[in-house]
Amino acid sequence: MPWNWSPSSVVVKMTDPALVIAGKSFTSRFLLGTGKFKSKNDLAQSIAASGSQIVTVALRRIDLERHEENILEFIPPHVTLLTNTSGARNAQEAVRIARLAKASGCGNWVKIEVINDSKYLLPDNQETIKATEILAAEGFVVLPYITPDLYTARALVKAGAATVMPLGSFIGSNQGLKTKEFIQVLIDEIDLPIIVDAGIGAPSQAAEAMEMGADAVLVNTAVASAQDPATLARAFALAVEAGRMAYLSGLPLKNFLANASSPLTGFLYDDVPAN
Amino acid sequence: MNITINGTSQQLDTAKNLSEIVAGFCKQPKHVITELNGNIIPSEKWPQTTLKNGDALELVTFVGGG
Repeated sequence: MPWNWSPSSVVVKMTDPALVIAGKSFTSRFLLGTGKFKSKNDLAQSIAASGSQIVTVALRRIDLERHEENILEFIPPHVTLLTNTSGARNAQEAVRIARLAKASGCGNWVKIEVINDSKYLLPDNQETIKATEILAAEGFVVLPYITPDLYTARALVKAGAATVMPLGSFIGSNQGLKTKEFIQVLIDEIDLPIIVDAGIGAPSQAAEAMEMGADAVLVNTAVASAQDPATLARAFALAVEAGRMAYLSGLPLKNFLANASSPLTGFLYDDVPAN
Repeated sequence: MNITINGTSQQLDTAKNLSEIVAGFCKQPKHVITELNGNIIPSEKWPQTTLKNGDALELVTFVGGG
């Protein structure tokens, strides 16, 4: 009987296939970046609250003067590490960083990030394609971060990328999906997981990306700079899940004009409603 | 003997191998990756890798990043 239905019994028919990247399955579609957290404790709590199964890290020269606890001590072992190539200004530098990361023995997943502009910090798509070709051929799992562009994404598919990661807006800007139409093109045309990265500043924006059909979302700055990072991490996780469910439900299209929700016949009076 | 570590010149009294260098210079020696004169040296090869005058060494590790 309908009045005995529980929410979960009704939506159970809608099963969400796992996010698969390079043959590895993930139930979480929310990736968390680990930069800019005020404390390692905030980071550890945020990872737990986010339910993220993939987190990004970076590589830097060791500070020979200061003792710092290594970030890897705060990332649970079941989480897949995705090392970014931040600091790379061209393909060659990105390749060098990726090889160093692999030498650590912490896996071969790499987010290619090549930036050669200090004002907008936009990724250099051409150099990203070159780095992807080299690293994919060496057996790396390559997740390239790009300015959303169809031809670049097609070249990345050919180069052996595992996903495509288009930016939503300028990195760290919290402006949301300024590149929405171009991301939609990639979702519709590219047969690889599309992970929206950069610029997502609020859970509503993450939900919006997932409603469009993005496969996952990566957030860092918004969570790391919140007053209560773990709570915002959880809010993002729920928004990503809600957006994903909405997408799978077959979200109806927008209409330009009004469309009554209640029947427009059988009123309690006979005269026609006024214009 | 003079070597460069992470871009800074360092004076060594005696010849040292890479294991000794990492233990001596890194406050937190876990998860250290080494690159000597542009070549990555895996940790199992550190004991038999002795540094020479003029060598350039990079000591890197993981940090937070997006």
